[in-house]
Amino acid sequence: MSLIPDIISWFCLVTGGMFVVIGAIGLLRFPDFFTRLHAASVIETMGSILIVVGLVFQAGLTLVSVKLVLLVIFIMFTSPTAAHALAKSALHGKLEPITVEDNES
Amino acid sequence: MNKIPHALSLGIALAALWVLLSGHYTLLLLLLGLASVLLVVAIATRMDVVDHEGHPVHLKFKATLYYWGWLLKEILLANIDVCRRILSHGPVISPMVINVRSSQHTTVGRVIYANSITLTPGTVSMSIDGDTILVHALSREGAADLQAGEMNMRISIMEEKY
Repeated sequence: MSLIPDIISWFCLVTGGMFVVIGAIGLLRFPDFFTRLHAASVIETMGSILIVVGLVFQAGLTLVSVKLVLLVIFIMFTSPTAAHALAKSALHGKLEPITVEDNES
Repeated sequence: MNKIPHALSLGIALAALWVLLSGHYTLLLLLLGLASVLLVVAIATRMDVVDHEGHPVHLKFKATLYYWGWLLKEILLANIDVCRRILSHGPVISPMVINVRSSQHTTVGRVIYANSITLTPGTVSMSIDGDTILVHALSREGAADLQAGEMNMRISIMEEKY
């Protein structure tokens, strides 16, 4: 494998991994369920996109790359649906989100 | 309502997906794939789920791609913002719940808007009632950005390019 695609690939894989780690830190640091949901969405957007793009550069122009791109597209459709379902059921379960007004009082 | 364009487009999409995912091109397997595609289209038509909602062929392909490009840029910026808030000393967040109006006039348009809000880190759509979407935002700035309504406007434009 030539050098330049390898460099791009590893750059994407490492930054993607960094986004996943930062998202995990946020998941632990943020105070309540709804804010943690935002940290999780960092993982499922930038983390997954960058890691898959890195893998596409590893695979080159093959059928594997097509499958990887399809994977990203499906994640982009399903993950907000899951996040919305979680947020909505939390709201229906009478979980009150922490807001700025609470913090200041 | 005329179902044939939707059934046709569903069939083409399924066939393309089958060919790309299988990677086998012998006659027997291609015929089996064709048979399963026809079966799925027949079942979907009988279930009455082949319509403009399940398969929005009315949205222009080029406008959709253009919107996805813009959304990707927004996702990148929002990600960097949320990461900065996560890593800064003592999380600098100001979570708030806001109402956002959506000006789309179809269900599909509203779903695209709500899903785009959720997909962008820092904002999650919590429930939809008529044309207002209840949004939980991580920061005051994120909420203000959403209320400025650029995303809403772009989806409405995409929807109108029939």
